[in-house]
Amino acid sequence: MDSHFLEVRNLKKYFKRTRGNVHAVDGVNFTIDKGKTLGVVGESGCGKSTLGRCVLRLIEPTDGEVLYEGRDICKLNKRELKDLRKEMQIIFQDPFSSLNPRKTVLDLIAEPIKFNKLIPNASKADIENRVLELMETVGIAERLINTYPHELDGGRRQRIGIARALSLNPKFIVCDEPVSALDVSIQAQILNLLKKLQKELGLTYIFITHDLSVVNYFSNDIMVMYLGHVVEMAPAAELFRNPMHPYTKALLSAILLPKVNGNPERIQLRGEVTSPIDPPDECRFAKRCNYLCKACSAGTPPLLEVEPNHLVACHCIKPGMNILQEQPHLISGR
Amino acid sequence: MRKSKSATLISKQYRRKGFLIEVWLRLRTNRGAVFGLAVLALFILIMVYTFIFMTPADVSKIDSKSRYLPPSSAHPFGTDDMGRDLFVRVLYGTRYSLAIAFGAVGIGAVIGTFFGSIAGYYGGWTDQIIMRITDVLHSLPGILLGMVIVTILGAGLQTLMIAIGFTVISGFVRMARASVLSVKTSEFVESARAIGMSEFRIVFSQVLPNSISPLIVTFTARMATSVLAAAGLSFLGFGVPVPLPEWGALISAGRNYLTTAPHLTLFPGIFIMLMAFSCALLGDGLRDALDPKLNK
Repeated sequence: MDSHFLEVRNLKKYFKRTRGNVHAVDGVNFTIDKGKTLGVVGESGCGKSTLGRCVLRLIEPTDGEVLYEGRDICKLNKRELKDLRKEMQIIFQDPFSSLNPRKTVLDLIAEPIKFNKLIPNASKADIENRVLELMETVGIAERLINTYPHELDGGRRQRIGIARALSLNPKFIVCDEPVSALDVSIQAQILNLLKKLQKELGLTYIFITHDLSVVNYFSNDIMVMYLGHVVEMAPAAELFRNPMHPYTKALLSAILLPKVNGNPERIQLRGEVTSPIDPPDECRFAKRCNYLCKACSAGTPPLLEVEPNHLVACHCIKPGMNILQEQPHLISGR
Repeated sequence: MRKSKSATLISKQYRRKGFLIEVWLRLRTNRGAVFGLAVLALFILIMVYTFIFMTPADVSKIDSKSRYLPPSSAHPFGTDDMGRDLFVRVLYGTRYSLAIAFGAVGIGAVIGTFFGSIAGYYGGWTDQIIMRITDVLHSLPGILLGMVIVTILGAGLQTLMIAIGFTVISGFVRMARASVLSVKTSEFVESARAIGMSEFRIVFSQVLPNSISPLIVTFTARMATSVLAAAGLSFLGFGVPVPLPEWGALISAGRNYLTTAPHLTLFPGIFIMLMAFSCALLGDGLRDALDPKLNK
């Protein structure tokens, strides 16, 4: 049990609003092993970024445990947390706002090193050498060392963001939609860079994205989120081969394939997203589900291991029984 | 380690001009700012000159034979009701206005920015308490507040500076709070948190440098109004003690002779205006020049 690199148990984050609590992340469990990647997918507002930040404790979780190498990071004091920050880093979505516009590339990459005093008695030259080393690792030409972020393109900025995260020699990185703000051609470069770094440095990633083709390329396991709940979790290949949850099916049908007439019919979702403010105790996807059965309003469906390593949270799908396929008469199609 | 561990730094090799030089190069293209800077520099030179070459005795040398003389080559700005040379007095008075412009506003800016940033960044109760106190300060008319403080502490240059400084605090608190609010949700603040920086340090190393432009504009705008406010307080008799030639006090002394000897109010008035005007122009230029994004 305790051999997992990172284990998250029943993690919850509620935001207090005047109308009630926004259930951004609501009872999420998962584990990641060292050197692996967990992809987290879901639509905007499903709580995937909040999840990533809670795991790093950049946002205080409301409840739950985050065990990093066996230690619960939610119980660490400020000092211990500061030490642990060196091992857990984050790469942000928007390279245009995640870099301080008043600092040069040198300052930006040197900042974490200087602040955490990673090099004892560092001279200017020591720090600069380390910065140049990092710039080489992430592929930024050394002539750009004195430029400001606004003078660079999105891809280069994202590389700076990666260099900043790497500067502390982390073991674990949360990638919060690191490529969604970039052009497709640059997306591929950054993804390859991240993959190369994982191989060379043995990094463990949580890869948050709404782009399923990216996550397929990247992840060992994929976790699909809907309104703060995990609805399906499986190894990447298994999830793409055999999506079970109606929401996952709809998501996968939205991927465009480079084939003439090769795209399967798109599953359209209708209806409105359930409000995340104090949602009722029923399947949160029920309002938009194409396969509405009688059990849907009977409490939140638990996440069950329907097939080995394939977890689904749906009242209609239980181990050894898939009502969606076997007993379609029980379902009122919309 | 990399191979290039030479004595010279790589960053030197691709060195750009220093930060201040870049600011200057950008500032130089703004004519108004250059004008403002030149006038302020001139005032500072005048102040240095008066410190070296003038004694209080020169300034209050009474000559009953030459009262109310209009400007001439012997007395470029004319003479006043006691035959004192107005040119000498106006030049000597530069130090007071400069002290107010930089000293008083400096006091207000440091205190105001500090509390404003804290209020903006932490929010909640901290914010409420600081802002309500600021509201109280703000609701009192500045000149009245200044008069109260001078009455309590007694007249003098330091008191005047404190009094004026106090009246500008609220402006800085609000400006700092507003700009911190607009910056604090940026991802780079979160990024600083992710490398382990403390909240307090984030405010002053990440947030504040990015909120600096509106503060600089406030600073220079307040320099202008403070020079006027100081002149106003002196005019009312709450400023620098009487024989000392503060510009506002000069105008106050000359106001009874507006029709017979207008130069007594005209010249100090021009100096006050020049000072206020150049502060405002410089501030405008600095705001643009300090932003590296506008590097064209």
